[in-house]
Amino acid sequence: MFGFISRRIAMALVVMFVVALISFLLFRFVGDPVNQMVGIETTPEQREALRQRLGLNDPILVQFFRYILGAIQFDFGNSYQFKQPVADLIGRRLPATLELSFASAIFALLFGIPMGIYTGLNRDSLLSKMFLSVSLVGIALPTFFIGILFIFFFSVTLQWLPSFGRGEVVALGSFWDTGFLTISGLKAIILPAITLGLYQMTLIMRLIRAEMLEVMRTDHIKFARARGLPNRSVYYIHALKNTMVPVITITGLQLGSIIAFAIITETVFQWPGMGILFLQAVQNVDIPIMAAYLLLTAFIFVFINLIVDILYVVIDPRLRTERGRA
Amino acid sequence: MSILDIRGLTVEFPSRKDVFTASRNVNLSVDAGKILGVVGESGAGKSTVGNAVIGLLENPGRIAEGEIHLDGQRIDNLAAESMRKLRGKRIGMIFQDPLTSLDPLQTIEFQLVETIRLHLPLSKSEARAHAVDLLDQVGIPNPEERIAQYPHQFSGGMRQRVVIALALCADPEVVIADEPTTALDVSIQAQILKLMKRLCEEKNVAMVVITHDMGVIADLTDHVAVMYRGDLVEYGESKQVLGAPKHPYTQSLIAAVPRPDVKVHRFPQVDYIEGSAKPFKQIDISTHWLGKARDYKSVDGPLLDVKDITMKFLTKDAWISSNRQYFTALDKVSFDIHAGETFGLVGESGSGKSTMARVITGLYHPAGGTAHFAGQELTSLKDKKQVLAMRRQMQMIFQDPFSSLNSRMRVRDIVAEPIKFHKLASTNSEVNQIVDDLLEHVGLGVAAAAKFPHEFSGGQRQRISIARALATRPRFLVCDEPTSALDVSIQAQTLNLLKDLQDELGLTMLFISHDLAVIRQMCNRTGVMRHGQLLEVADTEDLFDKPQHAYTRELLSLMPSMDGLSRQNLEEELA
Repeated sequence: MFGFISRRIAMALVVMFVVALISFLLFRFVGDPVNQMVGIETTPEQREALRQRLGLNDPILVQFFRYILGAIQFDFGNSYQFKQPVADLIGRRLPATLELSFASAIFALLFGIPMGIYTGLNRDSLLSKMFLSVSLVGIALPTFFIGILFIFFFSVTLQWLPSFGRGEVVALGSFWDTGFLTISGLKAIILPAITLGLYQMTLIMRLIRAEMLEVMRTDHIKFARARGLPNRSVYYIHALKNTMVPVITITGLQLGSIIAFAIITETVFQWPGMGILFLQAVQNVDIPIMAAYLLLTAFIFVFINLIVDILYVVIDPRLRTERGRA
Repeated sequence: MSILDIRGLTVEFPSRKDVFTASRNVNLSVDAGKILGVVGESGAGKSTVGNAVIGLLENPGRIAEGEIHLDGQRIDNLAAESMRKLRGKRIGMIFQDPLTSLDPLQTIEFQLVETIRLHLPLSKSEARAHAVDLLDQVGIPNPEERIAQYPHQFSGGMRQRVVIALALCADPEVVIADEPTTALDVSIQAQILKLMKRLCEEKNVAMVVITHDMGVIADLTDHVAVMYRGDLVEYGESKQVLGAPKHPYTQSLIAAVPRPDVKVHRFPQVDYIEGSAKPFKQIDISTHWLGKARDYKSVDGPLLDVKDITMKFLTKDAWISSNRQYFTALDKVSFDIHAGETFGLVGESGSGKSTMARVITGLYHPAGGTAHFAGQELTSLKDKKQVLAMRRQMQMIFQDPFSSLNSRMRVRDIVAEPIKFHKLASTNSEVNQIVDDLLEHVGLGVAAAAKFPHEFSGGQRQRISIARALATRPRFLVCDEPTSALDVSIQAQTLNLLKDLQDELGLTMLFISHDLAVIRQMCNRTGVMRHGQLLEVADTEDLFDKPQHAYTRELLSLMPSMDGLSRQNLEEELA
């Protein structure tokens, strides 16, 4: 088990190294950074001095090494537009995005799993058919449209929930502002979280349903019934666990994309997260922010994949022995 | 007083159009300590009877008529919840496939303790002690240690023992075993049958064994019920039913069982079974496309000469080549096959028989050794033309008739594909004519060409496979367990067809089977394999009469004895 995890971590490091290389090349070769930093009236001498100061005249390998060293210490240079360290900019906005993603993932799992189990076990019931057709809406309508609908209905017409922003936040330490501790913060997160999580919820529900239907047909479920086990343990102990491996794969990947691609939802709800920062960076060719965002996204995916791989082994003993031998 | 009493049981499966009656007016009873066999071919309704007793009929099946009594108490009309409480406690069930009967994600201990505590008022540690005791009774070594393991850590036979232990958890009065040994090797089968017989006597359990295997019936049961298309056609003491069957279906069924003790040229034609012996147009093969242009050069010596073939599969990869671990599937196997003969390979699962077939047909590249076909080295063929020419001469028939045909192609296209691929016919109308003739010849008829594979039964599909294999005009056929997925009557027909084709076309065959009786009927010479090694090669008759290797003797001794079976048809055949 330990060997397996350390091998996986080594592989994750290789992936991160490659992404860092790409992100560095982006930084170095897409446009001249000096041109981005200074105005037109700067003399060539001043430019050369700036180059020297920034280390842009050093050999590529030295620059890359310096970049990696910086990245390890969360130093991604300064943003061109804000003239502030990128790490600070992202650090200030990361909590907002993470809280939104977390809330929407919880929403997706909390509703998706029970609905999946229910529709899997009661294929023909009216409620199942309703779940399935309503959830189709979640997939068929684009996120921004659902967001706008929600705003129109719950914020404008009913005026129950705020239509934008995070509400009041409370500082936890110097890095983290949380909206989970105030009423207005909690109210503010409901609409964006549901908007963002609706698609994942539908996906999880349908996946669990399909897997449940499959597992309920297997011999070991039939044998469990033949031993007289009550439905409760047949469903939740023997069937559900056997549906978990594909569900974890998809949920892991989806969680990654919730965090990385919350942009649209954040824009609709004016959520002060990384999405908006990234959009601005793209508009203003703010390469340090883009490069750092690339690294961060890659890290999130690699990290979640690592967790997923470990969960596989925890759930399925067959993988355990194979790995153990390997 | 019988423990289990089934009276006039009729089970129906209503569908949108009509009602399918899976079993009709079945009367059976079993005494404590006795074993009742229910035998029949697929679709006979034998599993339906078992499922009805334990109350697990598949939807939308229902008991339309009749009663089931357990120890005097009527159980077929119980509410779902009270029926559930009977299951496992008073009626146990054993299923066919031990590899899928256990929850792969839970330990044996969890599954045993869960079931024991459900039925018996025991504490966790008492239940565990009881579970260890049960595992010991069903013959699992080191039960104390092995109980903590997961199902995949047990072999197939051991898993079936665990399944039996689970079925016996609460000392049920009745145990229903649905094809309990069908998925097992012959040596494991013998052990499991012995175990079941012993437990039945020791625990005074009434057992219902559902099987298609006459050998199991002859070995194990006290009484036997023969079912055909939902009807109980014959019922009585096993000795009497098997020795002197009264009903024509029973007679046909017993006649179709391949006999391990005597070789007959053809399997007795089974008349009773529907769909058999359909008259089909015989084609004069000598003038037909199939027989023509068989312009293969005759070879001196053997047609196929296999020398020291070794095949290894990587089981553990490593960066350093010396750290890699391999599983040796074939260990220096050498044999030869002469033109026109049928060479048999027999062995248990994992012995390397199918791997050999794949090496010969070029699906695997061996790690070492040579194979010459008609004087040409097979393993080093590089030129694409040569490879194609070789493939044309060699065709394969697979075990599973369900997955070996593309379900989205019509039969005409399936059979025509090799003809077109190898460009053996010049025009489309010629191809169509050949396909029609082929389908006629294997006994399917021209009408089959327009249908899809799922419209056919297993035996018919295997005929499609044979037609497809013949479509390249091969001279060598590799048959990998061609009939092990088929019922005995269908098996008899299919094997007869193969024999006829061999006579007409002068085919050479490599015939792979785990079934010694089939091997005896089909093969001129036979090799016995175990753990990737070829232990013995001999003329088939010599192999059966004077086996040289200890393992061959063991295999032969494990065959279910057919002494009790009727010899009526056999004697007619020999006369």
